[in-house]
Amino acid sequence: MEFPEELKYTEDHEWLLVEDDVVTVGITDFAQDSLGDVVFVELPEVGRQFEAGKPFGVVESVKAVSDVYAPISGEVVEINEELPDAPEVLNTSPYEDAWMVKLRISDAQELEGLMDADAYRTFVEEQE
Amino acid sequence: MRAGTRGLILKEKLLFEHSTPGRKGYRLPTLDVPEAQLPENLERAEITGFPELSEVDVVRHFTRLSTWNYGVDSGFYPLGSCTMKYNPKVNEAACRLSGFAQVHPMVPDRLAQGALEMMHDLQEALAEISGLPALTLQPGAGAHGELAGMLVIRAFHEARGQKRHKVIIPDTAHGTNPATAALCGYQVVPVASDGILTAAAVAEHMDNEVAALMITNPNTLGLFEGEIAEICKVVHDQGGLVYCDGANLNALMGIARPGDMGIDVMHFNLHKTFSTPHGGGGPGSGPVGVSAELAPFLPVPVVVRDEDGFRLDFDRPRSIGRMKGFHGHFGVLVRAWAYIRTMGGAGLREATEMAVLNANYVRARLEPAFHLPYKRRSLHEVVFSDRDLQGGCKTLDVAKRLIDYGFHPPTVYFPLVVAGALMIEPTETESVEALDEFCEAMLAIVREAQEDPELLKQAPRVPHIRRLDETRAARKPRLRWRAENENG
Amino acid sequence: MRYIPHTAEDVRRMLQTVGVDSVDELFVEIPDSVRLQRPLNLDDSLSESELLVALQELAQRNATVSQTASFLGAGAYNHFIPAVIDHLVSRSEFYTAYTPYQPEISQGTLQAIFEYQTMICQLTGMDAANASMYDGASACAEGVLMACRATRRRRVLLSRGLHPEYRSTVQTYCRYLDVELEEIPVDAATGRTDLKALGAALDQDCAAVVSGYPNFFGIIEDIGSQAKLAHEHGARLVAAVQEPIALGLLKSPGELGADIVLGEGQSFGLPLSFGGPYLGFFAARQKDIRTLPGRLVGETLDLEGRRGFVLTLATREQHIRRERATSNICSNQGLCALMATIYLSLMGKTGLREVAQHNFSKTQYAKERIGALQGFKIPFSGPTFNEFVVKAEEGSAAVLSRLEQQGMLGGIALECFYPEFDQHLLVCVTEQNSRGQIDALVDALAGGAS
Repeated sequence: MEFPEELKYTEDHEWLLVEDDVVTVGITDFAQDSLGDVVFVELPEVGRQFEAGKPFGVVESVKAVSDVYAPISGEVVEINEELPDAPEVLNTSPYEDAWMVKLRISDAQELEGLMDADAYRTFVEEQE
Repeated sequence: MRAGTRGLILKEKLLFEHSTPGRKGYRLPTLDVPEAQLPENLERAEITGFPELSEVDVVRHFTRLSTWNYGVDSGFYPLGSCTMKYNPKVNEAACRLSGFAQVHPMVPDRLAQGALEMMHDLQEALAEISGLPALTLQPGAGAHGELAGMLVIRAFHEARGQKRHKVIIPDTAHGTNPATAALCGYQVVPVASDGILTAAAVAEHMDNEVAALMITNPNTLGLFEGEIAEICKVVHDQGGLVYCDGANLNALMGIARPGDMGIDVMHFNLHKTFSTPHGGGGPGSGPVGVSAELAPFLPVPVVVRDEDGFRLDFDRPRSIGRMKGFHGHFGVLVRAWAYIRTMGGAGLREATEMAVLNANYVRARLEPAFHLPYKRRSLHEVVFSDRDLQGGCKTLDVAKRLIDYGFHPPTVYFPLVVAGALMIEPTETESVEALDEFCEAMLAIVREAQEDPELLKQAPRVPHIRRLDETRAARKPRLRWRAENENG
Repeated sequence: MRYIPHTAEDVRRMLQTVGVDSVDELFVEIPDSVRLQRPLNLDDSLSESELLVALQELAQRNATVSQTASFLGAGAYNHFIPAVIDHLVSRSEFYTAYTPYQPEISQGTLQAIFEYQTMICQLTGMDAANASMYDGASACAEGVLMACRATRRRRVLLSRGLHPEYRSTVQTYCRYLDVELEEIPVDAATGRTDLKALGAALDQDCAAVVSGYPNFFGIIEDIGSQAKLAHEHGARLVAAVQEPIALGLLKSPGELGADIVLGEGQSFGLPLSFGGPYLGFFAARQKDIRTLPGRLVGETLDLEGRRGFVLTLATREQHIRRERATSNICSNQGLCALMATIYLSLMGKTGLREVAQHNFSKTQYAKERIGALQGFKIPFSGPTFNEFVVKAEEGSAAVLSRLEQQGMLGGIALECFYPEFDQHLLVCVTEQNSRGQIDALVDALAGGAS
């Protein structure tokens, strides 16, 4: 299982890549592995505002549904438009090709509560 | 090894692929009035892709399809929570009598006295069996009955000016329970049960914002909720009501009555407890029984008896309204009535006793080999888990391997409180020989898991088709056939 | 008890295996305080022959469509049912199976449902149909809820021409869901939904417009114009088909712009059976398939690449999504859907059109003859399919009772559904009504109050 060093992580198994005032968000390797084969992805519209902790999207496998929560508050500035047509990419490339949304950060302080790769690895190991 | 039979494996295309232009499977009488012309702008063109088949084509097609199915008449069908008991044949004849099958639902009441009397009789029989005095026969299935019952509960509270907004549901509940509560505008409060729900656990969540507790008794683990009377009291003391999911009534007939336990509302599944066929998914029938104080809120119409005989009563101003068209799944009601008349009170009790004996017998035979997470005395069903299975085999593999042995698998992965659940409900109509054959297959599968797990993981191999790719089906759904030249 | 195989010896041996001394001991977890301390007070058990006598006694006290000339419709229709249907659905591999949870041993049910879904799509002009619902009225309620989900709006316009039982079922379902229902009147001259009133009522909060096709008065609605109006405001057009034989002849709702098409499938080979079980069909456009309620069957491949069918898109449903499911439904009308599938495959491309044409022609004949009678009027000018409204000067109750005395069920009094129509009756004519029956009806009506 992969835990890229450059990313931040949440307890809801999302990853974040912070670049200036924009974060890219997706679900982690652990999340895709527990879901199984992903068959459907629903993403929000560009321009919508989300508060930290509110669901912005849905990921479905054959027999499970999972909400994906906004790890920080912000406005959706871009979505991965190819993802809904190729949901299987979430299984094959969760950290790269299967990024889900880019959010413009409204409150940089919210980034402080997030885990780094080592902390998340420990968190996942405790879950198992 | 006693394998399921393959029978004849026949290939069979889709109806549409059989179609031959010009072929017909019907013959209408000659039109005996002048042919009228529909205004052209209203008329459709030919229906693209619609089949053209002879009667023989159609009969052979569906006969062949039927051989790919497994039903209760094919063999043991221990699908937990579904009560797959034998469907008596005389009941099939009963609902087909022309005096039932050929009656229009809007004939005046005086021209349907036999039908209405049968319905009234069934209402009274279900009231006696459940201890709930007032009945509606209208809902189309269990989930529909649940919706009717929960709407009745909400209407009752609102009539008393109470805006309660929460419903307590234990973790062993069927998925329909929370879905139904949501359809009634209620917020679901889940409560953990550890196999049996305690009055203390309910009390912790109970307040005057709770409209109802939804409970299944016996619960989906096949265990009787022994604190039911205390639980009902806790709920009632705070002004709430208790809804009982009647899916498991087959464990109680003639032994105990939900109404006597303090239950206020319960739905019946006539297609489970009262032997009406499941029909490959329906039609079912989900009558609802309620306590006297909830009776005014039942859906319309209700069958009543007065000095002129039987009639459909629509004049019920506090009713929640109608759940569907007409008066319920009448053809299913006839079958259930016939079943109750055939069994009689003593026969229904015997059915319950033998259903419970069968479940306990299967439990006793399989407990040495399968992990049993909850060990209280089982009623009509027993839930094992795949925890102790060797060779990396899971519940799904056991289920698929059972098919090779000629059995329908139990319910799997439900209830959710048991990881890898195998939920077995044998029902009373199975003989000890049938149970023995099933148990021997289960024990053989446990050994196979240890010695040759691929036998399980590659199963089933006996049916004409092997495991299907559900991921493929869900990623790019193909929900209909299309002609090659058709768009879409 | 012939459905319970246990002998006394079986019971003794089984109790021994279980390790208890008596059957009573198995119920040890049920406290005495909640036990029933007496036998159930039900009639004694009947033998099969006694049961049949009791059933016959009840059955003979109901008026059947074969003994009485019946012109009753209103959402349940007397059509001819080919013998093939009952023969095939009596195969117990079909009727004693349950929901096809184990696809490897349920391909018969699954393929038949896939064929059913396809034919419903072909008839309605839609992309996807579910595996069926309880009946037309409950399907209509589900259609309203689906339109609200798909548009994230809460206001729904119901035509007053929509079947009254469909309207009241919608009301029941929406009772506590914060959905605002508004009725759109019917044009008094044509019997069609009033397009001006509809246009005025539509706004940006509207999730859907729901209309009958044909409507409760038998009138063929102008679905195309309604769809256009609805779409201008971003609302879905829901067409509710209470008499689907009409789809053999009429333009499909899909072709006219409907977004959701649902209705009652009883006409496709199901007996009247005093109101059920019937068949709710439900179809929608591709864009909305993930908000569909109910079971869906989809095509896929098995491990060896052979075509097969499975239940799919289950994540919409209650057993996974629980309180956020698209519906609480967890069954379909499997056997009823199979009956419809067999009926439609027998009738096929030409038969369905022909039977629809017979219904239409016979109805036109009856309507013209009755309309020409003294004291009777056809109040609505809109085109009809196989039902029409008659206005009788002597009042509907008087007319119907007069006809009943002559052994005829002449129609349904509209007054119980529409208080304003106290002289009106709804008359239905199908291919089962011979010209002789129609002429007798006309003569009886002409006979006046006697």
